[in-house]
Amino acid sequence: MSLDYTAAEMMTVTAARALENGTTCFVGIGLPSEAANLARLTHAPDVVLIYESGTLQTKPNVLPLSIGDGELCETALSTVSVPEMFRYWLQGGHVDVGFLGTAQIDRYCNLNTTLIGDYREPKVRMPGGGGAPEIATNAGEVFITVKHSKRTFVEAVDFVTTVGFGRDGTARDGVPHIGRGPTRVITDLCVMKPDPETKELVVVSLHPGVTAEQVQEATGWAIRFAEWLETTPEPGAKELEVLRELKARTARHHAGNETGENA
Amino acid sequence: MAEFLSLRDAVARYVEDGATLAMEGFTHLIPFAAGHEIIRQGRRELTLIRMTPDLIFDQMIGAGCARRLIFSWGGNPGVGSLHRLRDAVEQGYPQPLEIFEHSHAAMACAFEAGAAGLPLAVLRGYVGSDLPKVNPQIKFIECPFTGERLAAVPAVRPDVGIVHAQKADRAGNVLVEGIIGVQKEVVLAARHSIVTVEEVVDELQAGPNACVIPSWAIDAIAVAEQGAYPSYAHGYYPRDNAFYKAWDAIARDRETFAAWLEEHVYHAGGAA
Repeated sequence: MSLDYTAAEMMTVTAARALENGTTCFVGIGLPSEAANLARLTHAPDVVLIYESGTLQTKPNVLPLSIGDGELCETALSTVSVPEMFRYWLQGGHVDVGFLGTAQIDRYCNLNTTLIGDYREPKVRMPGGGGAPEIATNAGEVFITVKHSKRTFVEAVDFVTTVGFGRDGTARDGVPHIGRGPTRVITDLCVMKPDPETKELVVVSLHPGVTAEQVQEATGWAIRFAEWLETTPEPGAKELEVLRELKARTARHHAGNETGENA
Repeated sequence: MAEFLSLRDAVARYVEDGATLAMEGFTHLIPFAAGHEIIRQGRRELTLIRMTPDLIFDQMIGAGCARRLIFSWGGNPGVGSLHRLRDAVEQGYPQPLEIFEHSHAAMACAFEAGAAGLPLAVLRGYVGSDLPKVNPQIKFIECPFTGERLAAVPAVRPDVGIVHAQKADRAGNVLVEGIIGVQKEVVLAARHSIVTVEEVVDELQAGPNACVIPSWAIDAIAVAEQGAYPSYAHGYYPRDNAFYKAWDAIARDRETFAAWLEEHVYHAGGAA
């Protein structure tokens, strides 16, 4: 029997399932954080979550609004300085998976969170790279989760903030001490993986009820589909329950702050 | 030895027009009170350095204090854009802002190199990114031992470094707890440093591995109760997430921002 769930829930549950128990994951804020914590609260209780504010092995009860919320520090095994986090833990090779979101992504999985338009005269200025440029190169591999739309999935990103495989798919070739790069992209419509040879993104799985035409319609280039296109497994009742409780708890918590209650 | 000064006197003594100024606190312990005092004193042409500019630099940029910004993530955490920063970059309002944009890892390394007295930091960074194309402060060097290509960025050596902390003892030793960011590095990298604190206590009660900045590494300490608000001080008060959300509407419009500044900064008096 099929359960009722939204496309957003389908995306988060699929992204969470990508994270194996025991993995060390450097977590980006927003969708990746939601997925990583869902994984921890369901099939992966021993996943190690670290955030760029310096919190190591954190177990937040509610999702952080910002990367440096007190909740992350209070529930962490330890909190280290930001230089230590990036130098020892990330660059030192202790992170299996970097989990990132993005504003723009192209067919070679390059991410843009910097701007739309020209750098010196931008049409839209966005926040910028933060930790992502080095997470993407120093983590063993990278998962990306982002909502699917033509504005996001563009033929060529306006700016490569964070490298996937470069403009031609070869940016990682011959570079020593670099991670495998993006290994999967999870959206609200489908799952994509880079072609092993060309590194171009290929749709490998469609979410239930989603058609190939819908994915093409939401993608800014002629996207390839795998020969053996799968259907993504639906969310389970337990996963939906935990996710909804987590989000409700988070909403109550942040609303609590609005009335001045202590966090 | 650190000298206890009023915030007004500390800023007046150390922050000059045209200075290079680093203010840190990674989401936590952001020195808002000090930033407001700098706005009130009308400092101009500052080079502002901060990993995450946050609302405090949005306010200082909007107030016309800044000429240059060195940063690595310029948003309103959990909310969206910094509209005063965007207005300065996109429209040159209230004056053009020159930006030098890095990644977090590079900024963290640059602060650490500054604290260590080195001219540059090296990191395994910026592979495949367009940032080196737009920021002349990012270059690449060859490791003299392995030949590996590494990114290099100049050390941060500001004229003044400002951080906020929970408490100082009467001798001026400072304890920082919770998310400690790059605060210690900023104080040690700067020519002069100002630390604002929530309170002064008889005993710091710092454990053997606590983050303590000794009095002799600090120039000025100023008591600024709630000095990190609307960011937070671990153990003292939470982040006012509602204000961070409300800031989006305040900062989006030039006139709304000017009115906010008038009421909450210029006429707020500040710590005497």
